[in-house]
Amino acid sequence: MAAVYERDKRGKKMSEVFESLFWILIFPGFLFTAVFGLAASWIVRKVSALVQWRVGPPLYQPYVDVMKLLGKEILIPENAQISIFVGAPIVGLAGVLLLSTMLWRITIEPTRPFVGDIIVAIYLMVLPSLALILGSSASASPHAAVGTSREMKLVMSYELPLVLAFVVVIIKTAALTGQGQQLSLAAISRHTPVLSISGMLAFLVTLLCVQAKLGFVPFDIAESETEVAGGVMMEYSGALLALWKIIQAMMLVALPLFLVMVFLGGFGTAGWPLVGGISKYVLVLVLLILIKNTNPRVRIDQAMKFFWVYCGITLVVAVILATAGNYYGIGWL
Amino acid sequence: MSWKIWSLKKSPWVFHVNAGACNNCDIEIVDLLTPKFDVERFGVKLVGSPRHADALLVTGVGTRQAAKRVQEAYRQTPKPCVVFAIGACACGTGIFNTGYHVVGPIDKIIKEVDPNAIIAYVPGCPPKPEAMISGIVKALSAL
Repeated sequence: MAAVYERDKRGKKMSEVFESLFWILIFPGFLFTAVFGLAASWIVRKVSALVQWRVGPPLYQPYVDVMKLLGKEILIPENAQISIFVGAPIVGLAGVLLLSTMLWRITIEPTRPFVGDIIVAIYLMVLPSLALILGSSASASPHAAVGTSREMKLVMSYELPLVLAFVVVIIKTAALTGQGQQLSLAAISRHTPVLSISGMLAFLVTLLCVQAKLGFVPFDIAESETEVAGGVMMEYSGALLALWKIIQAMMLVALPLFLVMVFLGGFGTAGWPLVGGISKYVLVLVLLILIKNTNPRVRIDQAMKFFWVYCGITLVVAVILATAGNYYGIGWL
Repeated sequence: MSWKIWSLKKSPWVFHVNAGACNNCDIEIVDLLTPKFDVERFGVKLVGSPRHADALLVTGVGTRQAAKRVQEAYRQTPKPCVVFAIGACACGTGIFNTGYHVVGPIDKIIKEVDPNAIIAYVPGCPPKPEAMISGIVKALSAL
């Protein structure tokens, strides 16, 4: 009897492990997010082409790009720190994989006790950028060094407004969510802080921070191909470059999804809420693409000034408005 | 056809190397990306680093200074890759044939590094964008 019970428990544990592996590797995790993300990167290229009055690449283009890179030779620079150079994309992939799995899991099963809160999401979001900094600085290339220093400064400049914007969201939703639920993404994603002045300000600033996180123009300073020959990505080739492309594609899913969850009231899993969620995601994506296509690349000092001074002041105003609105019970403030 | 070659044909990323050109061919290369020709339809993308490239577009005669750099760029390109000699100078040094500074043409410079390199020639001064597209198609179908 005891043996049967033991086996039962072990079986249950095994099935739980398999379930988690399935979650991480196949359904909302790696496979699904990568396929979805590559399709999103096709949308980026296609819409950019249409904006420039071109035809643009076919739908299978990002998949063929990744396939081709996987089949090519991997070159590693002579003076590179090989373990870090090769390990960095794997660390970045792990970060974005956890982030996207967590966000999808909260979307699909919001009632599950704990699958991560807003703080965990902020940490995981910075992991791909840190991995990029590590990997490119290990490549011993002067161009990559310039790119690394720019990426570092960019991370330092957008992290502050990003955290402040989430503070606004937490203040806005604190009264509406339950006790001890103020940081829970599942609880926050049931409200739409964007329908207020402070929430709108925070949303706009976060949109620009996401632009910088994705490395899109005007904040593609670290990767600028015409200036520093690909900067942080310069020395990567073959399968390692394919990994970076997949990471970027997955970020293109995870970050707009995070914006939708935090500001726009989340993603449904069936019926109209699902349609609404997809249209919110597409809205955020199209906003990002339009900002990308209508702006020139800024210098790193301009980017820092923009994020620290202009975005910082905007968010201080937003925090004050949100606190006042919360105190006097005015919802739209 | 193996999947590697098939996907290479569907997404050739190009890197542009100037080996002492007069900038005329370079302008025509940039023409390929404009709305009129839009080679991104075929997956062709101009990249910033030879490590990301599948094809090198080499323009110019190949001067003494540039030859070493062209060879280095070829070594830095992950294989399999294709080299395009774009323009009359790159194909056969053109009117600069007897110049004191010329060590080209490009195929000679590249073959010093790799005798089996795949080299495609697109003549013209400068070659028309249509000629370059035709050259890319022919080179890729010969892979």
